[in-house]
Amino acid sequence: MSDQVLLQARGVRKSFGTVEVLKGIDLDVRQGQVVSLIGASGSGKTTFLRCVNLLEEHDGGDILLDGDPIGYRVADGRRKRLSETKVSAQRARIGMVFQSFNLFPHLTAEGNVMLGLTKVLGKGKAEARDIAGHWLDRVGLGARRGHYPYQLSGGQQQRVAIARAVAMQPRLLLFDEVTSALDPELVAEVLGVMQKLAEEGMTMLVVSHEMLFVREVSHHVVFMDQGRVAQAGSPAEIFDRPENERLKGFLGRFHAMFGQAV
Amino acid sequence: MIQYYFDWSVIWRSWDKFMAALGLGLTLAVISLAAGTVIGLACAMARVYGPRWLSWPVWLYVEFIRNVPLLLLIFFVYFGLPELDISYLDKTQSFILTLSLYAGAYMTEVFRAGLASIPRQYMEAAKAIGMRPWQRQRYVIMPVMFRITLPAFSNNLISLFKDTSLAAAIAVPELTFVARQINANTFRVMESWLTASALYLITCYVIATALRLLERRYASIR
Repeated sequence: MSDQVLLQARGVRKSFGTVEVLKGIDLDVRQGQVVSLIGASGSGKTTFLRCVNLLEEHDGGDILLDGDPIGYRVADGRRKRLSETKVSAQRARIGMVFQSFNLFPHLTAEGNVMLGLTKVLGKGKAEARDIAGHWLDRVGLGARRGHYPYQLSGGQQQRVAIARAVAMQPRLLLFDEVTSALDPELVAEVLGVMQKLAEEGMTMLVVSHEMLFVREVSHHVVFMDQGRVAQAGSPAEIFDRPENERLKGFLGRFHAMFGQAV
Repeated sequence: MIQYYFDWSVIWRSWDKFMAALGLGLTLAVISLAAGTVIGLACAMARVYGPRWLSWPVWLYVEFIRNVPLLLLIFFVYFGLPELDISYLDKTQSFILTLSLYAGAYMTEVFRAGLASIPRQYMEAAKAIGMRPWQRQRYVIMPVMFRITLPAFSNNLISLFKDTSLAAAIAVPELTFVARQINANTFRVMESWLTASALYLITCYVIATALRLLERRYASIR
């Protein structure tokens, strides 16, 4: 793992109407790191993730990927919004996996993985098919490459969605509560794929309620509360020595549910 | 009870005319549907993505066409426009123009509803892999929308084919016009109208069945 900072957020703010959802978020993700965002619903985790990928536009502060500001450029000391084409190019460097899978319904598993490779990265059909086959094999779905999303279980769809994101060779992968919409018995297969990616050095920013997974896989954990970073640190610091009262309360609810395993 | 003696020989003698008339009607319907699809797509995009100043003329067009009887539109375009020195289309061209505008208004509503029914998530997934705006439309939104709107497409084709019978009013030699002509020349009332009706019915049924097979083939969206 190198020490190079890949994603740097400084004072990121975002409001929806009069509601301020992010009140100045500072966060670093280093190359090869897995950083997890935890916190109660409405704490701003998902909004922050969506700002990194420009699915939402932040109102203030900076998000830098490899040192480049996301969503704008600075000219004559003033911010200028990037064109949608330039924004698209930035998004291609960041992969995202969604809570509800969001597979393209008119394409097979293979077609879903191939679309970005051919249309965004400009690869030939044959090469794209090879890459898609490789990644579908890796997520254990090589035999299902010709299946349409509606023919796959939730866990399988989510693994295809992960293959679709990784195949683009992004600098950073975002995971937005990717197991929350799954039946309990399907959660493990998806977390297993994520753990393998983490072990191979993929840089990941993960929003999750799977505390055991977060504790085991993360290098750094960020606890968000009401639009702010309330406490951040190593998994041991967060789970064994929580200082913030809200974090203690948050973890207490998980201890109550799952015992002292977390 | 009055006895009616059927004499189908007049029909067989004019069979070629019936077939040519059927072919013309189908051609009129298909051309109008194709033109209407282009118009409808453009208008639906204008209404959904376009600026407000573009949105209300589209709304006006759609509401005007949908709330005025088609026969009146046919008369207006064929008899009215030349009076205003606007167009000098022949009767077939004039009918195609009218039916295309008519189809366009209905297809606008079909596509608008189709676009509105596509979940936001597909657009976000397309953004997330870095697709540019037109690529999202071309490779994700349009293919999904066409699959969603396929049933409405078939219904419109059948409606338009039946509506071609109104072209008889301006003497376009389609099925209804030919049936009336043969009726007038031979006085075989029942035979000519029954034949025309049967031809409409069979053709519509065949179209519906063929398109249902197509729908099943593209039924990957549930």
